[in-house]
Amino acid sequence: MSTVDSTATAGHASTSSALGTVANWITTTDHKKIGRLFVGASALWMLNIVGVGIALGIERIAPDTAIFNSNSVTQLFAMLRTGATFGVLLPLTLGFGIAVVPTQVGSKSLSFARLAMFGFYAWLIASGLVIGSIVANGGPGGGNSQMVDLYLMGVGVGLVGVIAASVSLVSTVLTSRRSGLSLLEIPMFSWSVFVAAISVVLTLPVLLGSLIYVAVDHHYGRLVFGGNEGIDMWLGWGFSQPQTFLYVIPAIGLLAELAPVAARIRQPLRGAMLIGVALVSSAMFGTVTQTSHVFVWGGTLSDKLKSAIPYAWFNLLPVLGVVIVTLLALLAIQKGTTRLIAPLVPTFLGVGMIVVGMAGNAVQKIESAKLAGSVFEEAAVTYIAYGAMLCAWGAISYFGPSLWGRKISDTAVIGIGALGMFATVLASAPFYFAKDQVAGVVSDFDYSGPQTLFNTVVSAGHVLMALCLLSAIALSVKSLSSGEAVSADVWSDQ
Amino acid sequence: MSTTTSRALPSGANPAPRSSILVATSAVAAAGTMLMFGMLAMWLKFRDGSSLRESARGKMIHDWLPADIKIPEVATNTMAITMVIACIMAQWAVYSTRRNDSSHATMALAITSVIGIAAINAQVAVYLQMGMGLTDGPYQTMFYAITGTMLALLVTGVAFSIVTMFRAVAGRLGDSSVMSAHALYWYFLTAVFVALWFVVYVQK
Repeated sequence: MSTVDSTATAGHASTSSALGTVANWITTTDHKKIGRLFVGASALWMLNIVGVGIALGIERIAPDTAIFNSNSVTQLFAMLRTGATFGVLLPLTLGFGIAVVPTQVGSKSLSFARLAMFGFYAWLIASGLVIGSIVANGGPGGGNSQMVDLYLMGVGVGLVGVIAASVSLVSTVLTSRRSGLSLLEIPMFSWSVFVAAISVVLTLPVLLGSLIYVAVDHHYGRLVFGGNEGIDMWLGWGFSQPQTFLYVIPAIGLLAELAPVAARIRQPLRGAMLIGVALVSSAMFGTVTQTSHVFVWGGTLSDKLKSAIPYAWFNLLPVLGVVIVTLLALLAIQKGTTRLIAPLVPTFLGVGMIVVGMAGNAVQKIESAKLAGSVFEEAAVTYIAYGAMLCAWGAISYFGPSLWGRKISDTAVIGIGALGMFATVLASAPFYFAKDQVAGVVSDFDYSGPQTLFNTVVSAGHVLMALCLLSAIALSVKSLSSGEAVSADVWSDQ
Repeated sequence: MSTTTSRALPSGANPAPRSSILVATSAVAAAGTMLMFGMLAMWLKFRDGSSLRESARGKMIHDWLPADIKIPEVATNTMAITMVIACIMAQWAVYSTRRNDSSHATMALAITSVIGIAAINAQVAVYLQMGMGLTDGPYQTMFYAITGTMLALLVTGVAFSIVTMFRAVAGRLGDSSVMSAHALYWYFLTAVFVALWFVVYVQK
């Protein structure tokens, strides 16, 4: 009797304990948990977009045969674009920021933690709505008008959530720093998250305003914004370059933070590094104008200047910011007694991929290059999204020990980082050269060049990235439960 | 033990108080400003893109506001004035809080709430007086979208006022930054409303 009772009690305790853990996670105000929820949920989006990339890649290998119908193809492209930005880049930025920034600025908690948690739930629900609506042919250009309404509502709810979480981050950095820590003295990663959060707070409401117009018009009259076909035209800037530059600022900041740690010195020219990170946010001036600032080489000198100045301001200045950060990181590595730290490898390679994507965007905006409407833009988005995913892997391996007290094997971190870079190049580089391949189509295209080879290589790149991603997720989960425990002072190296 | 205590350094000065609520409200106000000004920019873009027609006075004007629709200027002008008064009331609440005057703070917040509700009522009256359908044309669709968004922001302002008023009724006046944040929010609402009023109702 006593045995039965005790077993029953133990079982009950186990059940209540499991329920308690779940309840603890879904109602948490612990910044580390909220951040991990964001990052964990974004991993599902990553798998989603990598899968879509594989599907589209395979579909394009043989342009004269079709696996998917035209509606499905439109929606797969919508999923890829929406997922890369809304599902991956934004939550990664917010997730790592929420998990790490309070610790770095010496705060016990996140300012308005419940606001951040609201932001997570709003984004999560919105993710469900967006995926569901796209699957039901309701994404941009979709044929199911009710589902298009649902898609617009989903994006709107998600934007509100993301803005709310960003407000919480901005408030944390500005008001919850430990006494004596000035804003310019905070760690580089926190500075970059702060810059990114401010950029999000200032740009995404403009996207929300456009979305309100488009949603009202789509639901009622479809008189002004072109119905479902007009969604990309009016809202597309929010899911494309240079807006995506704002979402990867923390990736740049992570490199700025890791370089002096690896070099074991204080960052030389730290002020310039701060400016470099902040310069990337100049992209927001370009995005809120909702115009593609193209450089046209023609007309008088005055015409050329009128075209060149906004082009350089909105497309080249963010790249200059990343170049400054990279050069200063290399300077620190060159000056110090550098040893290899594993998280630096995927981060450095990831930032390299992001720079290639940014440079691609700058080239694409030169009219005489004639790249508009080709797969070139898709390649730039892939470079940036996959580069950010590599940086996220660097961030997990670097911040993981301070978040859950266990580390990930250095060999695995470096190996997956290197393989991920290779996968990114395979999935993107061919489309930098296949400039005659039209964007948004998977069949009935024809151009001189190794089109089958290009599309096969791109598909192989996505497959390889899927394997890297699955390995990274598996290793992270393993580290959570049975990874090597770290010493009490995880910051002892710094 | 006592020696150790006497040798211990004195504790440092308390950190300067930083008003999280005020900073967060500033961020929200910045986001709201970008939202409304972004919408106004699109409004202006569509207005400037509309064709030209001859007005009743013989001037060439953009064919944006349909000729058969009249803006109820009395109601809209009253709304603008009402919003400015709401700011004064919100600032009065801040002043009373700093003097630890609970009754005046409560009264100021109650008046702010009532003024906010009056502004919402006026907006509904404007809709009724204009009597146009949402699907009647591009102007109507965009008019309802932008004024509806402003209406939603006004509702959040009234909710903020009511919550702050209950805090004041309960005597929670120690943290004046909540009152300052409340006042800042109403300044933001008034600023964006005045911009909307000028572009949509005055310039038409």
